Amino acid sequence: MSVLVLVEHDGSNIKDATLATVTAASKLGEVHALVVGNNADGVGQAAAKIAGVAKVHVANSPALEHQLAEAVAPIAAKLMEGHDAFVAPATTTGKNIAPRVAALLDVMQISDILSVEGDDTFTRPIYAGNAIATVKSKDAKKVITVRTTAFEKAAAEGGSASVEQVDAAGDPGTSSFVGLEASESERPELTSAKVIVSGGRAFGSSEQFHSLLDPLADKLGAAVGASRAAVDAGYAPNDYQVGQTGKIVAPEVYLAIGISGAIQHLAGMKDSKTIIAINKDEEAPIFQVADVGLVGDLFKIVPELTEKL
Amino acid sequence: MKLLVAVKRVIDYNVKPRVRMDGSGVDLANVKMSMNPFDEIAVEEAIRLKEKGVATEIVAVSIGPAKAQETLRTALAMGADRAILVQTDEEVEPLAVAKIIAKIAEEEQPQMIILGKQAIDDDNNATGQMLAALLGWPQGTFASKVEVSDSATVTREVDGGLETVKLNLPAVVTTDLRLNEPRYASLPNIMKAKSKPLATKSPGDYGVDVARRLETINVTEPAKRQAGIKVGSVDELVAKLKALGVAK
Repeated sequence: MSVLVLVEHDGSNIKDATLATVTAASKLGEVHALVVGNNADGVGQAAAKIAGVAKVHVANSPALEHQLAEAVAPIAAKLMEGHDAFVAPATTTGKNIAPRVAALLDVMQISDILSVEGDDTFTRPIYAGNAIATVKSKDAKKVITVRTTAFEKAAAEGGSASVEQVDAAGDPGTSSFVGLEASESERPELTSAKVIVSGGRAFGSSEQFHSLLDPLADKLGAAVGASRAAVDAGYAPNDYQVGQTGKIVAPEVYLAIGISGAIQHLAGMKDSKTIIAINKDEEAPIFQVADVGLVGDLFKIVPELTEKL
Repeated sequence: MKLLVAVKRVIDYNVKPRVRMDGSGVDLANVKMSMNPFDEIAVEEAIRLKEKGVATEIVAVSIGPAKAQETLRTALAMGADRAILVQTDEEVEPLAVAKIIAKIAEEEQPQMIILGKQAIDDDNNATGQMLAALLGWPQGTFASKVEVSDSATVTREVDGGLETVKLNLPAVVTTDLRLNEPRYASLPNIMKAKSKPLATKSPGDYGVDVARRLETINVTEPAKRQAGIKVGSVDELVAKLKALGVAK
């Protein structure tokens, strides 16, 4: 089986999500990488070095600079004539493009896979991870997105794939890029952070939320998250929200502070490797999933913790 | 300008899903069902576009069982003008849903179709993008802001920031959480919604085969987490963080 992997990049660097996607794809067959962009030959060379990649296809065109789905999908769909599976990371980029490719191929996508059980069988989370489904695809070609936290990263060096230019035409011209407002924060993104510090309604105000959590996050090099209750109370912006209706995260370490552990929050963070909970209520449900718990007043604990780190 | 919004009846987001003992799926008997939260945001956005005078008519569509009528009535009570239920007891996959909505779009000729970015049951995050591909329309996925004139300017929530794209109309938009706060339907509007038109169709009416492409082999509960230990002081916690390698 030959597998086409969508390389996620920012024009110069390959994103780590790609490396985990290569690992997932290599369980299916020979991995070919697809790099789409403008002047993306450097990225193509870097993709050729990823361990396990046998061939790199580069599509270069000014219309592809921002990798808009309308322009990328036809290129991927055309290349799929010679491949058996299209695999993309389940990042916002992959999730934007892959279903569009799937529909062009008349294939039902297998979203957010956690494991490869066979050529056509995969596990994937449903109900925000409250259940795991094993699904078998009947489509001749597969279109798959990968939950990148579920796979080890392939080595970025060590491969020596050939690089080939491919036809970059296909932009229907129906969409255009206006701008990108990168998150101002110096902190890592929630969905890729190794450490997350999350706060709940117990903080009592937006001011206290930020004045207590931000210094702690800075000490730990962590991203800051929030429960839905904290967001609904206006203590944190909506894009901080971790939970079933917010972001699903799986960091190495998740610190839940002043978060009781409502179902909808647990659904978004229970795959974290280590969960640490700080709460004044020792009966709080969050302690049932926490690896390490500390019962006490967050207004005393958080400043002390920040100071001692 | 006519708008189409797609809504799905799903388990209420506050209910903990229970996996059936036989591994056949999640038990939905006697479970509270509601409109998918992202679809509520889609309906709200359509109504706001109508209130701004951009849209003139909102058609809500649902593909699902007879009870999905309730979900459509909710959309009508919020402010949609009429509804179409494509009734089926099958669990219809995003590809087939997209095909049905594409056919409805050919009939209705909307300038924009707004959908939730994903349903909180099967979590596929695919229908909107597939629909856009089938229609050959541009897509603004994971929208946190939508401005419509003779084109649509959509701000998208992407990993690491906000991306803004300009889309020719007609276009498909999928909603993210920050787009708006959906309203609650008022009692008078709930009463009024009962007399708004709701047409019932079948997938066959649109010539769409809803046979599943993905066979579910089984559904299991995820590995349970064990409650861990409690520490008694911040010093002990600091020691744990050091042992985990996240603190120096």
